Amino acid sequence: MKIIYTDVLVIGGGLAGLRLAIGAKRRGHDAIILSLVPPKRSHSSAAQGGMQASLANVIKGQGDNENVHFEDTVRGSDWGADQEVVRMFVNTAPKAVRELAAWGVPWSRVRKGDRDVIINGQKVTITERDEAHGLLAQRDFGGTKKWRTCYVSDGSGHAMLFTMSDRAIAEEIPVHERTEAIALIHDGGRCYGAIVRDLVTGELSAYVAKATAIASGGAGRLYRVTTNAVISEGIGTAIALETGIATLGNMEAVQFHPTPIFPAGILLTEGARGDGGLLRDVDGHRFMPDYEPEKKELASRDVVSRRMEEHIGKGKGVASRFGTHLWIDITLLGEHHIKHNLREVYEICHYFLGIDPVTEWVPVRPAQHYTMGGVRTNHTGESPTLKGLFSAGEAACWDMHGFNRLGGNSVAETVVAGMIVGEYIADFCDDSANDLKISTGLIQESLRQEQAKIDRLLSGAGTEDAAALMTQMQEVMTAKVGIFRTGKALEEAMAELEQLLVRSRNIGLRYKARGANPELVTAYRVQKMLKLALCVACGAYARTESRGAHFREDFPRRDDAQWLKRTLAIWKSETDTLPSLGYEPLDVMKMELPPGWRGYGAKDYIEHPDTPRRSAELEALKKQSNGVDRVRLQAMMMPYESLLPGRFRGRNEQIDEPITENL
Amino acid sequence: MNDGANNNNGGNRKLNINVLRFNPQEPGSVPRMQTYPIEEAHGMTLFMALKEIREKQDASLQFDFVCRAGICGSCGMMINGRPTLACRTLTRNLDSEITLAPLPVFELIGDLSVNTGKWLRGMSERLRTWVHMKEEEIDLRRTEARMEPELAEKIYELERCIECGCCVSGCGTARMREDFIGAVGLNKVARFKLDPRDRRTDEDYYEIVGDDDGVFGCMSLLGCHDVCPKDLPLSSQIAFLRRRMVKMGWR
Repeated sequence: MKIIYTDVLVIGGGLAGLRLAIGAKRRGHDAIILSLVPPKRSHSSAAQGGMQASLANVIKGQGDNENVHFEDTVRGSDWGADQEVVRMFVNTAPKAVRELAAWGVPWSRVRKGDRDVIINGQKVTITERDEAHGLLAQRDFGGTKKWRTCYVSDGSGHAMLFTMSDRAIAEEIPVHERTEAIALIHDGGRCYGAIVRDLVTGELSAYVAKATAIASGGAGRLYRVTTNAVISEGIGTAIALETGIATLGNMEAVQFHPTPIFPAGILLTEGARGDGGLLRDVDGHRFMPDYEPEKKELASRDVVSRRMEEHIGKGKGVASRFGTHLWIDITLLGEHHIKHNLREVYEICHYFLGIDPVTEWVPVRPAQHYTMGGVRTNHTGESPTLKGLFSAGEAACWDMHGFNRLGGNSVAETVVAGMIVGEYIADFCDDSANDLKISTGLIQESLRQEQAKIDRLLSGAGTEDAAALMTQMQEVMTAKVGIFRTGKALEEAMAELEQLLVRSRNIGLRYKARGANPELVTAYRVQKMLKLALCVACGAYARTESRGAHFREDFPRRDDAQWLKRTLAIWKSETDTLPSLGYEPLDVMKMELPPGWRGYGAKDYIEHPDTPRRSAELEALKKQSNGVDRVRLQAMMMPYESLLPGRFRGRNEQIDEPITENL
Repeated sequence: MNDGANNNNGGNRKLNINVLRFNPQEPGSVPRMQTYPIEEAHGMTLFMALKEIREKQDASLQFDFVCRAGICGSCGMMINGRPTLACRTLTRNLDSEITLAPLPVFELIGDLSVNTGKWLRGMSERLRTWVHMKEEEIDLRRTEARMEPELAEKIYELERCIECGCCVSGCGTARMREDFIGAVGLNKVARFKLDPRDRRTDEDYYEIVGDDDGVFGCMSLLGCHDVCPKDLPLSSQIAFLRRRMVKMGWR
């Protein structure tokens, strides 16, 4: 029996996992990162567009600050987010982007003077300030009031991931590549690490740790059409669910991105719209202003995706051999801009479609893109129910995204949560009350159970085909748990997925090698993924309202009176075929921004009875407080700073808000 | 306006995908070619083809894909004898007989899967491919240090390397010298040399690349430059670095 001991076990080597490990290591705790692939291959690299942080360096960002970022994020979330966590996030994002700047990310910089940009289809000349010259530049993204997205040309995620990964190498953090956590070791409500399979040799080992952190990314591969990497199968999230103790939050909150290329589903960055690209229909008509006069192409992703599907539903899509699509037109941006600032877009169009976006329109259609839900954590990143289990990034439901995430807030979350949760993990490990007390018997039993499951797959006489089950699951999710949802379709989806889950317990393998065996991997993963798929479908069926990316045609209004609450899914027993759902209310009386209209999308919603009371309370507070600056006023409305680790408290300097005191 | 999704020349060819197979983990496994006949589909990439083969014909076939969008560098392999990314190689640009082999130089995991991760982590540790910061602790509340926009772009131009390993597999020196750091490594050094945030000097760089396993091992065959899927300016970077290092060596 191979047992590896460490202080912190990090499951996932993307941006969040790497930053967590660096944080813990810098505080003197050993960390081991498990990664399915070399860390620089992680899905974080696909975040081309950039990272939101309210630096307000560019002229179109002037007036931006944490307050505006906060409001954009909460509105984007359709009031599903935890507002305290959003505050922690927006205050740390500028620090995160500046830390990465110091660590070597070649962020694009402001150049003083005039430059031409495309805004709302028109060429406009803007003038950058002299005093901003050389500072980090920001670009426009959907759902934001100001230009806030810091970027590295066309490869933000790539540059961030490489810098972070190299930083982890500098800090001598070991990464066990091509390994997969297949179960968590836990007992009496305490997590002790994971059972880990070596994907090359097939060997199982126990990794025993004081703190275990899941940072394995999203679960896009529950869907047939997704922008996600093939490794984004949600296995980290699933093993938390399989403890029967940890809960998953808001799994029904699934984002569909408006502009993946059709039909391959490869993402074209939000930068394509942010920089001025237009959506067009079969007649070449720019249709978004008809639906969203305020934000047009730059409404939030859930709204744009729905409007696109709605337009296709009206017969305005472009028919092709593979189905119907729309166009994105970036020709107006010009060759230089496309080949420099949007080179990735150019390459994808060139290699996968054989078309030139400088002169031709690009076929696009919404596809699954982001998992807002995940392992439910409190503000420290720890599971409220399973002690010693932490989670960060897309795998987590820390809950800064609620029911819809803004573009540029995902990579931002990975590093910000990595910083904050990394500190809390270090605090946890510092506390001698959390020292490991674990019997080798428990470790052995966990290993034995997982070995037995694999043996059963390898030697059993099952008859089901793992790859076929996977495909069927993905079809059901895409067809019935997609952008537009109805009670009837969701009921069918639940029944079909439940059937698939039952069948997945009878998989037979054609290839029975114990070592590297792609079929075996598909087999045990599809068993786990079906549980996640059922959490999505059941959560969506139960939620009889529309909020953010969760849209019910039979309940088109947001219903704050009934549904201002977070879904919690738990998988009580190994033999269950459905999750058990519970709910956690969001308290309007504590909100800094009570629910209202988002500024785009549907205007009618059912109000929560506390909303007028809280709004009046906040109004009165604002009146009383005349004269105090914005930071003090914020603290009066919803104090949160004590929730942040000490290192990350404090204001963020800007050109227009210099910090004068001696720090 | 063309329908971009439809501009192929028909599809439905019969392809023969010939794969060099060998699983070092399996006792008795010997290197051999295996042919998988497959019907071409519209817009088919080698990612789609290999995935279909694994699902329908041979569950044991090993290969690596992650982003399948040309971003992550996982799927470097020899396609008709040339190292490149399989995910963005469309079958319609190839003959109907297609030969696939794993990237040479790297440790073989099995079939088309090689351990680029281990090689590249070793390279990073050896060349210390991170910014050696002037001060380890910075005040995160303060405005960031400035940088000229052109310089940031120049650094990014080299930072675009995705560490796919194609340049190493296309390199003559790497075949002869086990410890040669390859164009990927030399490009990294050029990148950090350019970066004013890194406090290392030419002398420091000479220590790590001033020998035959470093910049003087390059025979200027330029295979790296020809096969780089990201079109990095490898030959000019290596030449630049060599001139700087020669100068150091003479001092």
